[in-house]
Amino acid sequence: MEISPLLEMRNVTKIYSNGVLANSNVNFSLEKGEIHAIVGENGAGKSTLMKMIFGLEEPSEGEIYLNGKKVKFQSPQDAIDHGIGMVHQHFMLVPSFSVVDNIILGMEPIKGFNIDYKDAVRMTVELSAKYNLAIEPLAKIEDLSVGMKQKVEILKVLIRGANILILDEPTAVLTPQETEELFRELLGLKREGHTIVFISHKLKEVKEICDRITIMRAGKTEGVFQVADVTEQEISRLMVGRDVILKYDKTNHQPGSPVLRVEHVSYAESDAKPLLNNISFTIREGEIVGIAGVEGNGQAELIKALTGQISDFTGHVAIGEHRLQGHTMKEIRDLGMSYIPEDRMHQGTAADASISDNLISRFYRFKAWNKGLFLNKKKITEFSEEQIKRYKVRCSGPEQLIGMLSGGNMQKIVVARECDDKPKLLIAEQPTRGVDVGAAQLIHQRLLEMRQEGCAILLLSADLNEILEVSDSLLVMYNGQFAAYFPDAKQVKEEDLGFAMLGLKRHNEDQIRRAIHV
Amino acid sequence: MFKAKHFEKIRTLAVILISLLLTFVIIAFVSDNPLYTIAVFLFEPISSVSHIGNVVEMAIPLMFTGLSVVLLFRTNMFNLGAEGIFYFAGIVASTIAIHVTMSAWFHPILAILAGAITGALLSAIPGILKAKWNVNELVTSLMFNSILFGIGLYFLNYKLRDPQAFANSSYKMQPSALLHNLIPGTRIHTGLILVIISIIVVHYFVYRTKWGYELRMTGSNRSFAEYSGINTTKVIIIVHLIAGFLAGMGGSVEVLGMYTRFQWTALPGYGLDGALVALLAKNNPLSVIGAALFLAYIRIGANQMSILSDVPSEMISIIQAVIILLISAEQFLKFWKTRMLLKEAGIRE
Repeated sequence: MEISPLLEMRNVTKIYSNGVLANSNVNFSLEKGEIHAIVGENGAGKSTLMKMIFGLEEPSEGEIYLNGKKVKFQSPQDAIDHGIGMVHQHFMLVPSFSVVDNIILGMEPIKGFNIDYKDAVRMTVELSAKYNLAIEPLAKIEDLSVGMKQKVEILKVLIRGANILILDEPTAVLTPQETEELFRELLGLKREGHTIVFISHKLKEVKEICDRITIMRAGKTEGVFQVADVTEQEISRLMVGRDVILKYDKTNHQPGSPVLRVEHVSYAESDAKPLLNNISFTIREGEIVGIAGVEGNGQAELIKALTGQISDFTGHVAIGEHRLQGHTMKEIRDLGMSYIPEDRMHQGTAADASISDNLISRFYRFKAWNKGLFLNKKKITEFSEEQIKRYKVRCSGPEQLIGMLSGGNMQKIVVARECDDKPKLLIAEQPTRGVDVGAAQLIHQRLLEMRQEGCAILLLSADLNEILEVSDSLLVMYNGQFAAYFPDAKQVKEEDLGFAMLGLKRHNEDQIRRAIHV
Repeated sequence: MFKAKHFEKIRTLAVILISLLLTFVIIAFVSDNPLYTIAVFLFEPISSVSHIGNVVEMAIPLMFTGLSVVLLFRTNMFNLGAEGIFYFAGIVASTIAIHVTMSAWFHPILAILAGAITGALLSAIPGILKAKWNVNELVTSLMFNSILFGIGLYFLNYKLRDPQAFANSSYKMQPSALLHNLIPGTRIHTGLILVIISIIVVHYFVYRTKWGYELRMTGSNRSFAEYSGINTTKVIIIVHLIAGFLAGMGGSVEVLGMYTRFQWTALPGYGLDGALVALLAKNNPLSVIGAALFLAYIRIGANQMSILSDVPSEMISIIQAVIILLISAEQFLKFWKTRMLLKEAGIRE
């Protein structure tokens, strides 16, 4: 008889009640004593999968088996009782409590009516010695470094008897030295017989410490491999690559005058290291500037600065002659800026409103869309039907709730709204993430049409294929700075791009300064 | 085939049916003559013109507060301040009805307007606190209920109280201020017309105007609204003003339509009932009419039941509790919705 895996998920599907399909027919298995990586882009379904293992969400369909026995977790407590622990990306600690307090919270050793602190400290010290996780038991959490807090989190999980540890992007917040230390600790845990699920999108780290890897894309598993058998390139192709390589014929035309001007923009959260470090570039009429980079290198902050979501940065951002800082979103939009946000559920749509309602959010307040006191319903319906037809949105009609649509169709609505009515500047953040090839093609073609019409477009994408094909010129971000500027995106070799993205090669100041036009 | 979009309506109906069935079961246990008792509960409210009148009379204040709460819930504000505002606006309206003398046409209009505007201003306080500093509106509005009740009771005891009256009630309001009777044989008053007009106006406001659009988007997804350029701070304050205005109007109309003296020495409960109406109406202004009538109907039914049979009217609290519980329990019948969604997703792929 074959030995059953430690943990197995069979044909698991998760559909949230707002209609979002997060996992579809996922199979996942975990062998005892391995470090198993789960990689995938944001929104690929990694965290939903882990939430189901940890009892935070229940699968809509499919089963979970632990040691060959079918289990059903109603809550994290159930999962903990079965020896599963999770170290969250954002720590779940009480800052004003000591390390010991946090570790024993909810399972305090009791002596009479009091907590037996002596015993608690003893337990903590023993545990930290056993797993070689050095900590100061009586220090307050708020005084600890991020790496130390993470150790406390791991100890918290271990003391509850976990033998399966789920680590959600554990290295995202760590310095390289702390990361190395964490890896030593994880290997130690593995030697002790623990099984570890390691969620990440840093492929180098996965190669370094993981045994097997499950690759996820768009809510499905793309394959399970022995880490030694796959190269980083193969993993990244499965993670973000496409089966159909998109090719577009672009007409050559000279870009017009600058629309967006970004000068010396720097930004840091409190006194941490700068997330944006002296960023300067321009985008001209009829030009698509792509920004590539590994996630978390400042792209998100740059977009926030450009779209008025953060205003406490230094430097200068202007559309035409108008400085953006200190303006409300309405004023920025009135200057002609459109924005396709990365997260269509959070910002891009109102899920329980109709398709029409979601289509008119840029226009509803203009005179042309109102008739006296009332919104011009006829015009709105006609406009919605026209857009649905133009973008081939699969839906029952303009009155259908947008939350009922699939991700791709939802994204088409966002794109339709942001691209209509000739904006001067379009910021497209991951415009085709989690979208099927057909929809992606449609969206790309629309972006190229806009370019033809003279719109200045900033395209930010993790999809290299997209960014190389659609952009005119390309900037690469690394560590809050531009690491490279390629004036002609078509000529860029993927290899060069990869080196720049991973910070292995840098263009010099003069080369990068070519991204500024006057 | 049922579609996922009809889910909420079906769920509401199922909840009502289950709570009624439960009522029948309890009646069957408690009553010596259960069939008769159930018949009284179900049919007595429509047995005569005056009983139908009772249902409508009770539905009027429920519609006002229900409408007020619908607007707040629609904006995703869990504010239960309609209770205190309803009470306090009643005090303001009766003060004007007692102390100001004017012609019969303008007297009720002035009294109602004064109550409504007071309501709007009082409601703005939790609104501003919420919009500017993200103070939890549930906490502030509930505290305001106590504060307004205390101040109102002070006014009743020390300013409005008629020493000649046997109970703790105000001086008689001048007849010129009282609302006219609409249907002879009942106590249905012109407030009914006012509330129906308000409901229709709010319906058009919410679904057909750009301000209503801002309100709906703010309630549906505040991040989306802000991303779209909507000033959500302003929207939240305006919604509180309108909701307070409606609740205040309700309190004033109730006092001028149903009483000759102000005599509430406890909070009348219509504000919190408004939340129940809003829940039943699924935050839809037009549905407030049906929801308020339903609630009034089962209450009059329960009253009659306590008069004519051996089951006390407190019975009604059980039905209400079950309704609130099941409707606010998101998990109830959710498995069914998930199944429908899966089916629809399957078709989509």
